[in-house]
Amino acid sequence: MNKLTYLLIGDPKKMLTPFNIISGLVIALGLGLTGLRLWKGLGAVTNLTQTTPWGLWIGFDVMTGVALAAGGYSIVATVHLFGLKKYEPLVRPAILTGFLGYVFVVIGLVLDLGQPWRMPLVMIFPRGVTSVLFEVGMCVAAYLTVQALEFVPAFWEWLGWDRLRRFWSKLAIWLAILGVVLSTLHQSSLGSLFLIAPTKLHPLWYSTYLPLFFFVSSIIAGLSMVIVESALSHRLFAYRLSPHTHFDLDDLTLGLGKGAAAILYVYFFLKLIGLADGNRWELLNTPYGYLYLTELIGFVALPCALYVFGVRTRNAKIVRVTGALTVMGVMFNRFNVSMIAMNWQETPHYVPSWMEMVVSLALVTMGIWLFRWIVNRLPVLSEVEEKPVLGTNTLKDLWALEGERA
Amino acid sequence: MRTLLNKADGVRSIGRRAFMKLIGVGGATALLDTSKARAAEVAEAARREPAMGVLVDTTLCVGCRSCEAACNEANGLPKPERPFDDDTVLDQMRDTSPTAFTVVNRYEISKDVQITRKQQCMHCREPACSSACIIRAMEKQSNGAVTYRDDLCIGCRYCMVACPFNVPKFEYSSAVPLIKKCTFCFERQKEGKQPACVEVCPADALTFGKRSQLLKEAKKRIHADPKSYIHDVYGEQELGGTSWLYIAGVPFEQLGLPTLDNKVYPELTSGAMSTVPAVLLMWPALLMGFHYFFHGKDGAHDEHSRHDGPPRGSEK
Repeated sequence: MNKLTYLLIGDPKKMLTPFNIISGLVIALGLGLTGLRLWKGLGAVTNLTQTTPWGLWIGFDVMTGVALAAGGYSIVATVHLFGLKKYEPLVRPAILTGFLGYVFVVIGLVLDLGQPWRMPLVMIFPRGVTSVLFEVGMCVAAYLTVQALEFVPAFWEWLGWDRLRRFWSKLAIWLAILGVVLSTLHQSSLGSLFLIAPTKLHPLWYSTYLPLFFFVSSIIAGLSMVIVESALSHRLFAYRLSPHTHFDLDDLTLGLGKGAAAILYVYFFLKLIGLADGNRWELLNTPYGYLYLTELIGFVALPCALYVFGVRTRNAKIVRVTGALTVMGVMFNRFNVSMIAMNWQETPHYVPSWMEMVVSLALVTMGIWLFRWIVNRLPVLSEVEEKPVLGTNTLKDLWALEGERA
Repeated sequence: MRTLLNKADGVRSIGRRAFMKLIGVGGATALLDTSKARAAEVAEAARREPAMGVLVDTTLCVGCRSCEAACNEANGLPKPERPFDDDTVLDQMRDTSPTAFTVVNRYEISKDVQITRKQQCMHCREPACSSACIIRAMEKQSNGAVTYRDDLCIGCRYCMVACPFNVPKFEYSSAVPLIKKCTFCFERQKEGKQPACVEVCPADALTFGKRSQLLKEAKKRIHADPKSYIHDVYGEQELGGTSWLYIAGVPFEQLGLPTLDNKVYPELTSGAMSTVPAVLLMWPALLMGFHYFFHGKDGAHDEHSRHDGPPRGSEK
């Protein structure tokens, strides 16, 4: 086995795990369907119609993807702007999750666009300045760059380029501010997108407060994603944690849960204000009303209460389960706004095709693969120690490890 | 790029002028100024050239579908499966499509009353599609037409989401898809001709002219025969006004026209968009303030150079 092979895929003998086989099949099928979509057009793969032009690839890949990738800016703001330094160990994995999330948001978007190769024209001819989508596009492109710049220090560390890494550390605060500014803009603008469709989005969800709802709930999604993601990666990648790194993940989880509970509380009342402002209370007693109440009570009020309970009893497990529930809640909200309550009067209502679902699932799976690949190589969960532990961190260690095996 | 920029000659397009302005004035100012600038453009355009329109009198429409045939020919669209003189087509409700920019539908009002109505792009005075378009491929022309730049469109389909009439249609079965819709026969109008559908209508159900004149004509007809008409002109107020206007003998919703208020659609998002410069200007200062507030006097640097400080994870 040569060095490059090891660097790229690790030990080939360990590759054939059930997870790898199943997810590999999903990715292969997804790639095939992507080929079909590029060859035959969107109609061959999706259930989109002339009256429902946006489906799962916008509703899930873009709307939900961006919201769930909010962990990056949420935790960067917590640490770098609000000075809560104890959360620092969570920054890098959150940035990586966020960055990969956005990468796959963009891939999903590219698949959904009719002529994605024309995307550069949007920047070359910035004509659409009144368009919410223009703002979203610009911010997402800029924020993708910011996140890449925020993550590269891990790379410099891995290469052992200490001077570059030190130089980069001076940029951190500026990148943090830029990241929060750009995220504020495009997270809220994803909600503003629907302001132009008052006759199409169900009145219970249509609100002039949509931008505010989307922004506030993105922080909730971000913090909850960090709770879930840190729990998973510290379990699954425990061997990547340096023995010198001993932080109390439970403590951090409880802290994040506390923050999420507070923002969920605010969000709950914001939603009530939106409901009162819309003044369509009678619609609550309709099937769509029950859906709305499920979202408001089951996925906003309940997680808020559970977070409070978990924090008060100092039970990190409850907080983690609540984190997962909250993430599902934000997903549910984005699904409702962009798909379920959109074109609500239309029969038959849009339901994604199995092919759309497989492609979306393949994107998520690729994201997980890429996350694993990077975490297994770069110093993400633990940074490079003063005294490197063999086989855990730098490229040099990797060569050494390779030498030992040979 | 020259061809891209210079394509819309003749009638000057608002989109292009806005773009030139953007280059000239510079990004941030233009962003702050967009909505005002746009309103000024529309007003100026109206002064320069009268906005044209079409009055559709559904009481005169006989449902012959000549307009469909003329539209098909004028736009060089593929021939439909069933010919235009096949009346059984009217038995089903149809929508416009990438290959049919106008369709006539028959609405059963009661047992004896059937009304046919032509539908097509309404050519809004303040088009939602144009304000929503990420690259302003939908352009409001000064003569009233909303036209489409097929050399710019990226296929995001936000125009379809924005249009309350669901007019823009997307070529789902193409690998290089475009949006298709009625052009108000923009090219024909430049040559001084009427839209093809108007020219061919044998029942005089369609009248082409200055929108202001058409509104007077519509009201004249209603006054002359108040029992035959609903006392309202669809498109006078809806969405701030449309170039195409309808008068009818039954409420418009019975003819498949959506009930819309007078809200100007681009203004639905302009409020949210106007917060962008504010966030861009205020957020960084505010966040920097937070940073210094929470980190104290000399705290701004310590956590960024972790190698100089205590090893990470030591704090509990």
